[in-house]
Amino acid sequence: MQEYLTLFIGSVVVNNFVLTKFLGLCIFFGVSKSLNASLGMGMAVTSVITLSSMLAWVVYNFVLLPYGLTFLTTIVFVILIASFVQLLELIIKKHAPALYNMWGIYLVLIATNCIVLSVPLLSVESNYSFSMSIVYAIGSGMGFALALVLMASLREKLVHADVPKALEGTGIAFILAGMLSLAFLGFSGMI
Amino acid sequence: MKELWKIFSKGLFDENPIFVLALSLCPALAVTTSVINGLTMGLTVLFVITANNVVVSITRKWVNDKVRVPVYITSIATIVTVVQLVLQAFAPSLYKALGVYLSLVVVFAIILARAEVFASKNKVIPSFFDGLGMGCGFTIAMLIISAIREIIGNGTILGISVFGSGYNPALIMILPPGAFILIGYMMGAIKIYTKRKESKQVKGSES
Repeated sequence: MQEYLTLFIGSVVVNNFVLTKFLGLCIFFGVSKSLNASLGMGMAVTSVITLSSMLAWVVYNFVLLPYGLTFLTTIVFVILIASFVQLLELIIKKHAPALYNMWGIYLVLIATNCIVLSVPLLSVESNYSFSMSIVYAIGSGMGFALALVLMASLREKLVHADVPKALEGTGIAFILAGMLSLAFLGFSGMI
Repeated sequence: MKELWKIFSKGLFDENPIFVLALSLCPALAVTTSVINGLTMGLTVLFVITANNVVVSITRKWVNDKVRVPVYITSIATIVTVVQLVLQAFAPSLYKALGVYLSLVVVFAIILARAEVFASKNKVIPSFFDGLGMGCGFTIAMLIISAIREIIGNGTILGISVFGSGYNPALIMILPPGAFILIGYMMGAIKIYTKRKESKQVKGSES
């Protein structure tokens, strides 16, 4: 139990994917302009990461490993995840149109995103068991959502601030992310 | 010849993937802690983008429009795997330092974007130079960022001490926050530069 908790907290705050590993930056800076969109995106990313790392774990441990095909991991995972997200989109569109209207656009964006690919790759690399890889995926997704929501709240306040002209837009967003990352660095001694 | 130079040079300056298009920033921040890491990443991307442009350009007549993106991704993933295996065999320490970011070259927006925008519509030789130019632009950007970070954050460049032993390095530049802040200021500087250039051009056309 202890190690699951450590893994979870570790992936949410200590090794936050956005702020310490720089993954998923495109979404991070693209979506964090509004709080509502950030919440939706956070949810969508968390569920896609969790489902795709379960799938990737099964494929890796029952197909790639027994047949000695581990050198194909990158290719297999990319294709697996991209097609899985497309499939998920179709299923949600058919059976839960309301959900699709809310989150559908985010699914298209995350089909080939670095954070969705890197979580399964990292959890396979660390030889996690099935349940541990699920915990890791949920933690990473929630860490991403947390960073996204924090950033969106900050950027909504930023509208009223007096920013130097050259830094307006992406420039100040990066500096803000740097400050946020500095704060998250404080967690690094925790585990 | 002039045409080819034009195709090549636009990746270096006018459409520099990192500074101007702001694509594929994840690696620009993550692996630029030292010049050697940044350079390896830059060369990897240079190779992948050029090879992929050639492959896409050769096969452009046989690939059905509906399945083109999956085909591009498969081709990119294959080339990346080749690079991974080569690095693992000949430079295991670099392979370890780059870690998961090497696999993530597969999903770099810039590579897919060049295949889609340029290579799928052009002949092999222009596509080759387009990839080469974009790759060189990327490598130069990585070199600049990693040199600044290594000099300030560690006081060295390629492991050779620059300031002597009296220098007390500002560790923050090597840590994640420094990367974000540096890129933020660099984007500001580029904005000022392009604005000046534009106003100069306007003035030039008036007179």
